[in-house]
Amino acid sequence: MSSLARTPILRQRRLANGLFQSICAVSAVVAMTILGYILWFLLRQGLEYFKPTLFIRLPDNVNPALGGIKHSIIGSAGILFIALGISLPVGILSGIYQAEARGTLSQAVRFLTDVLNGIPSIVIGLFVYAIWILPYALKHPGQGYSGLAGGAALGIMMIPLVMRTTDEMLQLVPQSLWDASLALGTPRWRTMLLIVLPAARNGIVTGVMLALARVAGETAPLLFTVLGNEFEGPFTGPIDALPLRLYKYATSADPVQNSIAWSTALTLILMILTLSIVARLITRSGKK
Amino acid sequence: MNLPGGTIHGAGDRYNWRDSAYVSAITIATMVLMALVLAIGSALLWQSLPAIRSLGLGFITSHEWDDTAGKYGSAAFLSGTLYSSLLAILVSVPISICSAIFLAEIAPKWIRLPVTFIIELLAAIPSVVYGLWGIFVLIPLLRDKVMTPALASPAITKLPIVKSLLTGAGYGPSMLAAGLLLAIMITPFITAICRDILNAIPSMQRDAAAGMGCTQSETILKVVLPSAAPGLIGAVMLGFGRAFGETMAVTMVIGNMTPNTPDGKSLGLFDPGYTIASAMANKFTEATPGIATAALIELGLVLFVTSMLINFAARSLVKIAMRRLG
Repeated sequence: MSSLARTPILRQRRLANGLFQSICAVSAVVAMTILGYILWFLLRQGLEYFKPTLFIRLPDNVNPALGGIKHSIIGSAGILFIALGISLPVGILSGIYQAEARGTLSQAVRFLTDVLNGIPSIVIGLFVYAIWILPYALKHPGQGYSGLAGGAALGIMMIPLVMRTTDEMLQLVPQSLWDASLALGTPRWRTMLLIVLPAARNGIVTGVMLALARVAGETAPLLFTVLGNEFEGPFTGPIDALPLRLYKYATSADPVQNSIAWSTALTLILMILTLSIVARLITRSGKK
Repeated sequence: MNLPGGTIHGAGDRYNWRDSAYVSAITIATMVLMALVLAIGSALLWQSLPAIRSLGLGFITSHEWDDTAGKYGSAAFLSGTLYSSLLAILVSVPISICSAIFLAEIAPKWIRLPVTFIIELLAAIPSVVYGLWGIFVLIPLLRDKVMTPALASPAITKLPIVKSLLTGAGYGPSMLAAGLLLAIMITPFITAICRDILNAIPSMQRDAAAGMGCTQSETILKVVLPSAAPGLIGAVMLGFGRAFGETMAVTMVIGNMTPNTPDGKSLGLFDPGYTIASAMANKFTEATPGIATAALIELGLVLFVTSMLINFAARSLVKIAMRRLG
């Protein structure tokens, strides 16, 4: 062995090995550094206007520095709530179908869902615009934008995510649990509702929260559907949302609004991080 | 409907009406899900009919998009989308695949878990936040440290291919900024999928190679990567699909302008441009219902069809790879 170690060819191979390992490690470090730099910058810039007034005031057109983004937070929360209402029934029921019928058709559906998942979000927004807002706007010019339509767009985006997570979590429930329940003569729907679903509950809740976190920052579908607004309004009309406010202030010419954009981004990220971290804690507590 | 075990458990002939209702409910939900894809395609087609009828093929072949003149040609947007996405892939793929190899093969266990967690969180950062960073950090950085020196340097104008790339307006918002920002955004995404694929490769293959005396790099390059190749290509295509349809971050840094050259085309990385998605987001506010809106919806249709095709191909590759690995 010791004589082998001194042959030039082995030394060369070891050198190549070390070089390869370093290249891989360096790429990982580079990727993490750039991404870390973005987050650090966000925190540094975002803290300037990150104070209570940001959350309890509306935009102030006379003195932007005194304004807040209260209506955007309310708008975002409402839109997500509507999205939840749309995606939960369809997503969970079709997820149950996937787990119940493990055949070729469910394979095809699963594949289709993955493809649906890859459709750019702006196309989903345009779809809602094409079937809902445009027909309405043709009769009542300039109208039609609403929080409901925005919620529908985000809801459509969430459906494949919710379906996928329901399916996966139900697959994790041991078959013996289904069998035991069915063997006792329990009907299928009761087995699902009272035995299998409760066993998978934590996983499904986690998946739904991660799906919420994923669509919470979506901006493109909202451009065509909720439009944005400077004040609080009913969800049947144009409203504001955090990502829209962020986009508007980021592209504004006013430096104060630019600074508020960073704070808005920080608010949005904190919202998303909270959702994802709480979601993971739920799974962890379920495992104990 | 053929539910598994329906007859085995003797419940097959004992469905009560609640069970039938249950089966109908889950079937209907699945139908709704499948109908959605069809509905998206047909709704976009329906609302873009006026544009398709009056513009025909000119929509795809013409370069000119001028609302006031009633000209709607999307060729510049299509090429801009391809250009920025390819740029993003070129920058991101080496880093992503090497990082994935590091995470799946080389790194010690205690590094893997936290880094994986961080990558998952980074993939959840909204694109509008990347766009914000792009406007206020990346663009000034590129303008002052890359574009201005490159445009001022006489050496670059002598290099054959480089000189047609490193040129352009150079005032900040540009193809280069869009490509780099997209690369940063899709890196966590591609890394995560590649890592999953590498993890799916049976460790027996690695053990066999190591048993033959291969070093780790030889094992990875000659054994692991070849069997992971279809999956890795699929992962890269999924990343390409992401970059292709990305809207907000690109809209915020690409400039949304036709390059200031005689024919409006430019390969210069420092020139501003458009992508399909950024054109949609940008021109939407000015569009009035009618042919202008129909043309924008037709853009959406083009984006829908192309991204479906890319995703379909990518998912098939990943699926084939996973099945082959068992």
